[in-house]
Amino acid sequence: MRLEPRPHVPPGLRIGAPVAAALVAFGLSAVPIAATGAPVLEAYALLLQGAFGSTFALAETLTRATPLILTGLAVAIAFRANLWNIGAEGQLYAGALAAVMIGGGALSLPAPLLLPAVLVAGAAAGALLLLVPTLLKLRFGVDEVVTTLLLNFVVLLFVQMMLEGPLQDPMGMGWPQSAPVIGAAELPRLIPRTRVHAGLLLALVLAVAAWLYAERTTWGLQARAVGTGVAAARYAGMNVTAILLRTALISGGLAGLAGVSEIAGLRGYLTQDLSPGFGYSGIVVAMLAQLNPLGCVLSALFIAGVFVGADSMSRALGVSSYLANLIVATSLLTMLLAGLFTRYRLRRG
Amino acid sequence: MDGMLDLLVSAGFWAAALRIATPLILGTLGALVCERSGVLNLGIEGIMTAGAMTGWLVVYLGAGLWMGVLAAFLVGMAFGLLHGAFTVPLGLSQHVTGIGITLLATALAYFTYRMILPETASPPRIEPFPPLDLPFLSDVPFVGQVLGQQTALTWLAFALVGLVAWILYRTPLGLALRAVGENPAAAEAQGIDVYALRIGAIMAGSGLMAIGGAFLTMSAFNAFFFEMVAGRGWICIALVVFASWRPGKALLGALLFGAFDAFQVRLQQELGAQGIPYQLFLMLPYLLSIAALIAVSRRAAYPQALMIPYRKGER
Repeated sequence: MRLEPRPHVPPGLRIGAPVAAALVAFGLSAVPIAATGAPVLEAYALLLQGAFGSTFALAETLTRATPLILTGLAVAIAFRANLWNIGAEGQLYAGALAAVMIGGGALSLPAPLLLPAVLVAGAAAGALLLLVPTLLKLRFGVDEVVTTLLLNFVVLLFVQMMLEGPLQDPMGMGWPQSAPVIGAAELPRLIPRTRVHAGLLLALVLAVAAWLYAERTTWGLQARAVGTGVAAARYAGMNVTAILLRTALISGGLAGLAGVSEIAGLRGYLTQDLSPGFGYSGIVVAMLAQLNPLGCVLSALFIAGVFVGADSMSRALGVSSYLANLIVATSLLTMLLAGLFTRYRLRRG
Repeated sequence: MDGMLDLLVSAGFWAAALRIATPLILGTLGALVCERSGVLNLGIEGIMTAGAMTGWLVVYLGAGLWMGVLAAFLVGMAFGLLHGAFTVPLGLSQHVTGIGITLLATALAYFTYRMILPETASPPRIEPFPPLDLPFLSDVPFVGQVLGQQTALTWLAFALVGLVAWILYRTPLGLALRAVGENPAAAEAQGIDVYALRIGAIMAGSGLMAIGGAFLTMSAFNAFFFEMVAGRGWICIALVVFASWRPGKALLGALLFGAFDAFQVRLQQELGAQGIPYQLFLMLPYLLSIAALIAVSRRAAYPQALMIPYRKGER
């Protein structure tokens, strides 16, 4: 048996493979549910209902998907250029930190300028954070997988330090949390009586922009060429260093915006537990989307739905909500296989 | 700062350093075995978590301590097999598969733990490995105090470093393993089964990682907590580069790191009183890892085939 590249990918397979992968993931995850003694079908029905079954459920899923779209885009843009950014989590916190510093009143700007300033500062913070490992990769050949990962821990500790020090809210009764951003720096709510905020619009617009960038601009195509093969790209006369630095700035910026969006749109203030691993889930989002920016929107909705649905299922049935992590991790692995079999077919001999 | 000097000659300090180093020794050794065969295994953080949970669970359910270690090893091997199946014959991205394994292993460990203990605020403790009292060593003044406090798993880690070094450099198996990591096509031409050897190495390496995790529950904290591996796996990945893929240097690196970590805990107590935030000290291990990576990057002798998928019969 060997793998042979498909000369032509039938469109049905392109759509069918990810769907099949998701179904297989749910099938495999049924084993641990059954092991707890809970009724599997009922559990999944409750999960689906809890994710999409009511306006409230749908709104929660959309709210949860917002940062995931952004971190997914960040990872997808980087991975397309073979820049293995595992640091979206840290970049998200860097963006959030910049957001509370600028939006917390440190900068006195007229209201219409404050929100843009907060967005730019957050994106810049995330971008700069990814610039460091990228420079280390280009200058010293240090593997960016390890450095971006290690920086996640550094940033989180730095955030804790700031929240217990200079940024601690004097009105916070000693909790390690920042003062809330002022009203002018808030993203408006989109749907009344839900938590869906304008960060969702921002994420959707950026997904389209990222798709145009990746598929329709010279910069995006150059990044793709670097991702396919550095030597060939260099031979074709491309400035690989510039392309990778550009990719790092865009990727880190997107992850930084995920942090801003959570602060300005949802929480209002920064805490150490702002992100339940949105940066790491972004890797899953990007892979499920096969690194397609528009696909990131769908896969972020899928993952957000699994997490939100699993929470409500967990409450109803008493099955641990870690089931959501299990489904998402299994989906990532089955989706890797689906991607492989879209590109290759199995041949005898 | 006089206290610091006293510290460096105190047996308690070095005993702590050894304790902190043990999971790192095992994890680094495991990652090294995988990478020597040409496959990066970023599943390490999750595999260590699964190993910690498995070791704890087996003992909690009433089996012996060594059964716990064996079970952790087998669970690690199973995840290694999964990683191997994805990355070796299928040639999928080693980075992404590894992250997937970490997510899966962590989720499975947490899910299983919650399944067994749905609601407990305080994690149940198990009877851990006792300090191994060796008759001759305990009489040696300083060394006896440092080594006398260590458990069998620390000794096992030392022994495994020797075993892995011996296999790598003194046996035909080790030669084949290194060949597969350097030049799989040439190895195949000599009749070596590249796939089998790589998958075997990943399984063995992942088993070692899992024992590293099991040390945490069976010898250090005596209970299982969420997030208890706390980035140790990633540190091991950095330590492998620092060690230039050599077992002896991996041991040295892990010991240095353990000593540094034990030192920063004391430094924290000393300087924390003067208002320096403790987080700065907690950051140091990670920053030190990055600094070490930069320092060794120029002469880093990566296994030539690391992260490059190999397809049989292709050149």
